[in-house]
Amino acid sequence: MSVVPAEADADEAAADRGRALPRRFSLANLVIDAVLVLFCVVMLLPLVFLISNAFKTPQEILAWPPSIIPKQPIISNFTSVLTTTPLLRWIGNSVLYAGLSTICIVATSSVAGYIFAKFKFRSLQVIFMVFLATAIVPFEIYMIPLYFQAQQLHILNSIWGLLLGYLVMGFGIFLIKQNVEQSIPDELLDAARIDGASEIAIFTQIVLPLLRGALAALAVLAFFQAWTAFTWPLIVATNKNSYTAEVGLALFQTGFTIDLGPLSAASTVVLVPSVVLFAILRRNFVRGITTTGLKE
Amino acid sequence: MLARRQWLFAIVALLPILVIFGWVRLYPIEETLRMSLHEWNLISKNRPFIGFANFRELFGDRLFLTSLFNTTIIAFGTLIITIPVGMVIAGLIHHRLGSRLAGYFETATFIPYIVPLVPAAMAWKWIFDARLGPLNAFLSIFGISPLSWLFDPVLSVICIIVLCSWQAVGYAVLIYIVGYRSLPVSVFEAAKLDGASALQTFWHVTVPLLRPITLYVSVVTLIAGFNVYAQAYILASDSQGAPGRQVRVLVLDMLENSFRNYRVGYAASEAVILLLIVLLLTLVQFSLLRERGAK
Repeated sequence: MSVVPAEADADEAAADRGRALPRRFSLANLVIDAVLVLFCVVMLLPLVFLISNAFKTPQEILAWPPSIIPKQPIISNFTSVLTTTPLLRWIGNSVLYAGLSTICIVATSSVAGYIFAKFKFRSLQVIFMVFLATAIVPFEIYMIPLYFQAQQLHILNSIWGLLLGYLVMGFGIFLIKQNVEQSIPDELLDAARIDGASEIAIFTQIVLPLLRGALAALAVLAFFQAWTAFTWPLIVATNKNSYTAEVGLALFQTGFTIDLGPLSAASTVVLVPSVVLFAILRRNFVRGITTTGLKE
Repeated sequence: MLARRQWLFAIVALLPILVIFGWVRLYPIEETLRMSLHEWNLISKNRPFIGFANFRELFGDRLFLTSLFNTTIIAFGTLIITIPVGMVIAGLIHHRLGSRLAGYFETATFIPYIVPLVPAAMAWKWIFDARLGPLNAFLSIFGISPLSWLFDPVLSVICIIVLCSWQAVGYAVLIYIVGYRSLPVSVFEAAKLDGASALQTFWHVTVPLLRPITLYVSVVTLIAGFNVYAQAYILASDSQGAPGRQVRVLVLDMLENSFRNYRVGYAASEAVILLLIVLLLTLVQFSLLRERGAK
């Protein structure tokens, strides 16, 4: 099972709506909408409060009932966080290592996925089974030996150390393999071979352009995976300048348990770009999740 | 001849990837397995093979057993909330697919899943805070006296389950929506002709048809639950402020044994237990799916 063509569905639904809306408008649907709206509000409320707290004075944060729009919005929470912590540096570290990780994962997955999909040699299929088998092993299980490998290379507390944990992605290879099998016919590749195209040219000029959508989905998944990683950066980065945004925030909060304003401001600075990025890339993201998600 | 050239290309292109993969995946996995059978201490050069002694010790280790217990409760607690909520909410969104709001519903439920965990956990930490948090203030309206959510051993586990579920539901909804779309329409028309009510249809037709999806989401949720760490790290600091100490989870115990007590071999044996749990869950999923396929 694979990706459901969401666009087609939406079109169908739109056509359906055009015909049936006046008739189908019913009390039941109204109740369902109300339930869903309520559910979504509850889901988003913690984040809304967090952002709103970032703009509140210490007194207002404690007020009951909590206000969503601050009465006297202030920005001193932000300025105090930005002057007392290297938050921007942490975010920079996160962006840099997540970006590098994305490049590595997209590069390795596209080559490996294509080869596993189109080169049907028994030896390769055995290797693929090994890749797939290790893909289900959670990171937490092998991170301690990986830590000592990073230590031997003297790359602890650096972007490279962070990157070491996120160079390859088993499910990424699987996702690309599936996409190649579904969307690139053998005949196309054979025709190119008969025309005398080299294997490298076939890959870069025929396969890669056809995989654009899948690669975009994978890139978004890979970026978010590294951007939201916690345990690996926590053990690899132990000095203040090499923290990622996640680790920096987590350690910051243990020092300032009571100072809610600056804490919320720091969280907001990390949170808002993620949500905005997600909103822009939503389609790619959903596509990535649903393909790796349903792998029967 | 052609096949030979292709094979050569495949191997040459794959080789660097194989090397990287072997280096950052296979080797450390093998190392975990090997260390778990050794008395592997960071401060001693002598690292003798001790068979399963680490594992035997683990099952008498109170801290490990507590961690295993807490982690299991968190994983299954999250599962019990996530599956029904995910299934129902996805069903409702699917029902309203024609509506203009459907896209917003989908996005809103999914946002908690994609946001970085630490700032999101910060929001929940404030909500649960005994003195400053809105939860106690809200409960006091109903005459419930303030509870110290994050310092009570039982309540703090519940807080972690709430946070984990809040994130997991978004994922479950997304996968379930795909599942609902793939259901055969004819079955529902038949049920309607037979005069089944909406609830009857949901319970006797939809839920059984969705079983492979439910199985898949359950296994993913459980595996994520057994690897819980950041959530406990942020929410469950003990009274001295040591992160994660209030609710011990497996990953925390493993990291402490390795980096605080320098007992790397012992920590590796914990990792192997975690691996066995994950393999068992995956095996259960595959065998249940196969059983279904055979019918």
